[in-house]
Amino acid sequence: MSSEARRPPPQFGARLRRALGGQAGWRGFALQVVLVVVLAWVAHAVIDNARANLATQKIASGFGFLWSTAGFGVSQALIPYSESDTYLRVLLVGLTNTLVVSLVGIVCATVIGFVVGLGRLSPNWLLARIAGAYVEVIRNLPLLFQILFWYLAVLAALPNPRQSIALFDSVFLSNRGFGMPKPIGTDALLPFAIAVLIAIGVAVVLRIFARRRLFATGQRMTIWPAVTGLLVGFPLLAASIFGAPLGFEYPVLRGFNFAGGLRVVPEFVALAIALSTYSAAFIAEIVRAGVQSVHRGQAEAGASLGLKRGDVMRLIVVPQAMRVILPPLTNQYLNLTKNSSLAVAIGYPDLVSVFAGTTLSQTGQAIEIIAITMAIYLTISLITSGLMSLYGARTSRSMGA
Amino acid sequence: MKSATLMLTLAIAAAWSAQGASAQTLKTVKDRGLLSCGVTQGLPGFSAPDDRGNWAGLDVDLCRGIAAAIFNDATKVKYVPLSAKDRFTALQSGEIDVLSRNTTWTLSRDTSLGVNFAGINYYDGQGFMVRKSLKVNSALELNSATVCLQTGTTNEQNLADFFKGNNMKYEVVAFSTADEVVKAYESGRCDAFTADISQLYAERLKLTTPAEHEVLPQVISKEPLGPLVRHGDDQWLDVVRWVLFAQINAEELGITQKNVDEQAKSDKPELKRIFGTDGSLGEQLGLTKDWFQRIIKATGNYGESFERHVGASSKLGIARGLNQLWSKGGIMFAPPIR
Repeated sequence: MSSEARRPPPQFGARLRRALGGQAGWRGFALQVVLVVVLAWVAHAVIDNARANLATQKIASGFGFLWSTAGFGVSQALIPYSESDTYLRVLLVGLTNTLVVSLVGIVCATVIGFVVGLGRLSPNWLLARIAGAYVEVIRNLPLLFQILFWYLAVLAALPNPRQSIALFDSVFLSNRGFGMPKPIGTDALLPFAIAVLIAIGVAVVLRIFARRRLFATGQRMTIWPAVTGLLVGFPLLAASIFGAPLGFEYPVLRGFNFAGGLRVVPEFVALAIALSTYSAAFIAEIVRAGVQSVHRGQAEAGASLGLKRGDVMRLIVVPQAMRVILPPLTNQYLNLTKNSSLAVAIGYPDLVSVFAGTTLSQTGQAIEIIAITMAIYLTISLITSGLMSLYGARTSRSMGA
Repeated sequence: MKSATLMLTLAIAAAWSAQGASAQTLKTVKDRGLLSCGVTQGLPGFSAPDDRGNWAGLDVDLCRGIAAAIFNDATKVKYVPLSAKDRFTALQSGEIDVLSRNTTWTLSRDTSLGVNFAGINYYDGQGFMVRKSLKVNSALELNSATVCLQTGTTNEQNLADFFKGNNMKYEVVAFSTADEVVKAYESGRCDAFTADISQLYAERLKLTTPAEHEVLPQVISKEPLGPLVRHGDDQWLDVVRWVLFAQINAEELGITQKNVDEQAKSDKPELKRIFGTDGSLGEQLGLTKDWFQRIIKATGNYGESFERHVGASSKLGIARGLNQLWSKGGIMFAPPIR
């Protein structure tokens, strides 16, 4: 007899009831419907009443303001922006500024966090103590205070543009920010890019081949010298044939400030440093907890299988630690993104500053603007945690868990 | 945090309050026994705590005048310090009864924020402050300069208009409070600090060495500053407006804090009307007969208030200029009390 025949007959009614009302059955379902209707009615009443009240008070409402001219300047815009653009454009400028500082913060915080976290576990006494001191000092000081420290005590102490500190005559540090050469692609950029792509492609193929060989015969192939040669040599070859792929535009002092080149405003630098060092302290503790959560027996078992120290870490300890690390790490990423709104204290034009700040006070449409801003932060956070769950699912699957 | 709370209050107030229940400000204030007045977070001359911790300034004198007119006690005021960004929300949400915070009267504010301007108590214009060491003599020499300012002001758009209109480039760094602007300007983050000229004189006092900074002569906009109330309460609008007009009229009539009690006994028909010994002008406003006397006794006339807080004898040392009475070469003018 096949196993399928022994299954009970499908009970659609019962299943539906369970799905909708849980254990309470149809009565529970009815309660839920009533609850949803009541909530919808309350929401409708609130919105309707708010609209009527705003109208009687002659406070403008609606989203039409997004298409009117903003008429104010912004110090850092990653997308083209001028005073004659709309408030919608201001929203995008603020959003990109928030995203870029969060992204830079997340990358730096992760790197610093892992280094400090592993440093704290190091058998080296001094290194472990330094990492421990870092964590204790940084995580116990308020973030706003740290942002102001970097902005007002460190970056503002740099000289003015006319006396700026020049490194190799190309990077200029001043209290107006960092000026550096701006790369501009030349005609040789395309062949150079193709050469890089080919090199990467060949390296990937080589690695796949080496892995197959390892699984088939148990023999290790040392491929890193060949890969390095490929990745460096091929683009170099392209550059020597077609010429330099990039030209540089250097910043020059003109009038009050540097013109040309790539400029990073000090508000961005202060905020990025403060956010990444602050979150790094928490990430370091998360990493330490994650690594310590993997039982020592796992590493010992790996070693007794004959794996090298590095391989034990890479193949056995880290994947298991990641399972513990990921959820709190996601929290830190979300915190960092939300904390970036403290930018308003140092005049960095992030979403809260230019949209929920300047735009709000110019249009006075507090309810709409706060609603849009909340929706955007919610979306960013949901996307971040979504991506982290995807990564988490991948690491668990590769472990066979 | 303050602003988040304000937004929330506004949202809740807008969402839940019964419709049309807003036109009762005078009664609310009387019942509460306290006037709630929105002021700056500390702008010397206009609204700032003095060395004894009491709020003082030209804008504060208006709040004190209103309190005196209602309660015969100029101290019955709760001062709510607000940033430029949060000020309108505080008024809309009902946290304050009147906003007396050097606010520029513009069409868009008057029509879209749900507020009404009650009058003008200071005629100002936007200007620039720079370091003397920059050797800049005119705002037109500021091409490519970095300019610091406070967000939530009319200054942001004026600045953009000025630089664009003169085909000059600039970079703007906007902070949410005036103190942050002062700190950034002092640290050298920007070449120029732009604000209403009266404010520049006031903020200059906060710098370590005020003498090394100068306010450029150009005025790039007109900034008529005055008090505001919520839209839809005409009686309250009248009260605030006529307290201001009483202060201005008193100067014109030569009535001062010192001689007000004597003048009140005058037989002149005009003064009898004003002081309420004849007719019922005060009651028509919803106030008492002696409203005028109460105000001037508490704050003095407009000229006295000006001299005390921003004028030549004060720390700011600003000349009367446009704010002189119309009869003495300025444009300060108030409709007659009759």
